[in-house]
Amino acid sequence: MKIAVCVKQVPDSWAEKKMINGVLDREGVDAVLNDLDEYAIEEALRIVEAHGGNEEGAANSVTIISMGPERATEAIRKALSMGANDAILISDAALAGSDALATSKVLAAVIKNGGFDLVICGTESTDARMSVVPAMLAQRLGWAQLTFASSVSVDPVANSISITRTTEAGVDAINAKLPAVVSVVEKINEPRYPSFKGIMAAKKKTIDSRDLATVGVSAESAWSLVADSAPRPPRAAGVKVTDEGNGGNDLVKFLTEKKFI
Amino acid sequence: MSQIFILADFAGDKCTKTTAELATAASRNASVTAIVLAAPGAGATLAATVNHGPIANVLVVESADFATHGVAAAADAIAQIIAQKSPNAILIASHAYGKEVAGRVAVATDSGIITDAVDVAADLTATQLVFGGSTTVHSKVSKGVAIITVRPNSIEADLSDSTPAVENLSLTISDAAKLATTTSSTPPAKGGRPELTEAQVVVSGGRGTNGDFSAVEGFADSLGAAVGASRAATDAGWYPHSHQVGQTGKTVSPQLYVACGISGAIQHRAGMQTSKTIAVVNKDPEAPIFDLADFGVVGDLFAVLPQATQGVTAQKS
Repeated sequence: MKIAVCVKQVPDSWAEKKMINGVLDREGVDAVLNDLDEYAIEEALRIVEAHGGNEEGAANSVTIISMGPERATEAIRKALSMGANDAILISDAALAGSDALATSKVLAAVIKNGGFDLVICGTESTDARMSVVPAMLAQRLGWAQLTFASSVSVDPVANSISITRTTEAGVDAINAKLPAVVSVVEKINEPRYPSFKGIMAAKKKTIDSRDLATVGVSAESAWSLVADSAPRPPRAAGVKVTDEGNGGNDLVKFLTEKKFI
Repeated sequence: MSQIFILADFAGDKCTKTTAELATAASRNASVTAIVLAAPGAGATLAATVNHGPIANVLVVESADFATHGVAAAADAIAQIIAQKSPNAILIASHAYGKEVAGRVAVATDSGIITDAVDVAADLTATQLVFGGSTTVHSKVSKGVAIITVRPNSIEADLSDSTPAVENLSLTISDAAKLATTTSSTPPAKGGRPELTEAQVVVSGGRGTNGDFSAVEGFADSLGAAVGASRAATDAGWYPHSHQVGQTGKTVSPQLYVACGISGAIQHRAGMQTSKTIAVVNKDPEAPIFDLADFGVVGDLFAVLPQATQGVTAQKS
């Protein structure tokens, strides 16, 4: 089984983010592998490990696919050090400021020609937080969409997959024939830490760098435009009291004044 | 007059307040049609509950595929409706299902998409609060039909009664939308508390609870509030992940947010700092969460909350 895992390098979620000309400033902040993508990598590794592993020469493999600037190789190395086999990085100046529609178009083009059986994504990136790329990929590829999975099981013999979808709307059991696009929620597993051996091995793994011409997709004009952006004013300082036996009553008084009670 | 379609939002077989919020935003410069996706035979019952907010028409589509093929079937139906009726925009609630439907519709109709809008102006300029609510962005879809998802609880809904005209539309869901099959569905367990993202009041607990959420829950219940938790609390297994507020959990924007024993890491703030009023109870006077507080109590939540619970209960009786 060939699994692709889509990952994104994002600004460290501890860092302060700002917009320049309607686009997130990615240069001035530390960049890391999107937290939520680690669960997708872990799940892909668990699936191949449950079906014979992904050692060299095995029928299974896990390929990391990412779109971003050249420096995204740092995040990709981390994904490789967890145990993925190889990676594809789509990097092109024309892709700067891409939204989910452009991203999904490029990723779908790469996936379509890669002979994959399964694509696994995190549920969202911690920078844009749209949660729409997995659904868009399924739509573009014409593959089954099984998203927000809190558990995944794959049957390579029957060529099928089943998941438990967990959202605020409840819990659904969903199944489909492969190929499929899956996104996983963070409670699905506990991502492994890269071992020293894994880190060393990752340095020798191939990152296949491609530009748009190689992928065979042309850059498109934006589907939406930012008119303006501005930092929101900080909240005005509030009242702070110290509990000396009356803190609860003070809180009730405040809530009453504000008409919450 | 332009036409905006909204996807009516349901909890079980009842239309939610979110639907009226979508209609209110859509009605600013347009006639509003609410799309109702229903199981065969259930359309009339569901449509009858779409009776609040400025909604002129209801468009009912019945198909067994909506239950069995979820997001893909809904998106397929909406894309067909767009092709037939050419609305200027589609507004959908910004939850997991709504955003995924919107994403697929955008691809299917080659249209731009904006998610998590907190407001939509008459010219369809959407307002978003990004980077954990620290930055306001105004943007506009520039291609195709404007597909916009709107966060529940962000827009003050016009809840006046309405009696929209109901039209039934017959569609065939395409095979490409039937690749994944839902074999069973369990609605969320109802703990008698409101849903986190739709609640007017949220009371959250963090590391300071030490795993004991009884004081937080007691205070929440006195206020009729939903209960939230920080990632520290959910990762420790003290409270279910489904209640996590923050960057990797839910984003809430209630009228009142009470943070108890939560230090206020940037990831938690990202999920709650657009709340209208914020109250804080924390032992540590230096906790960064106090920077956001309209009212803060420096104290032990196990002393402050029971006293406050008693105070609220006494006032209500």
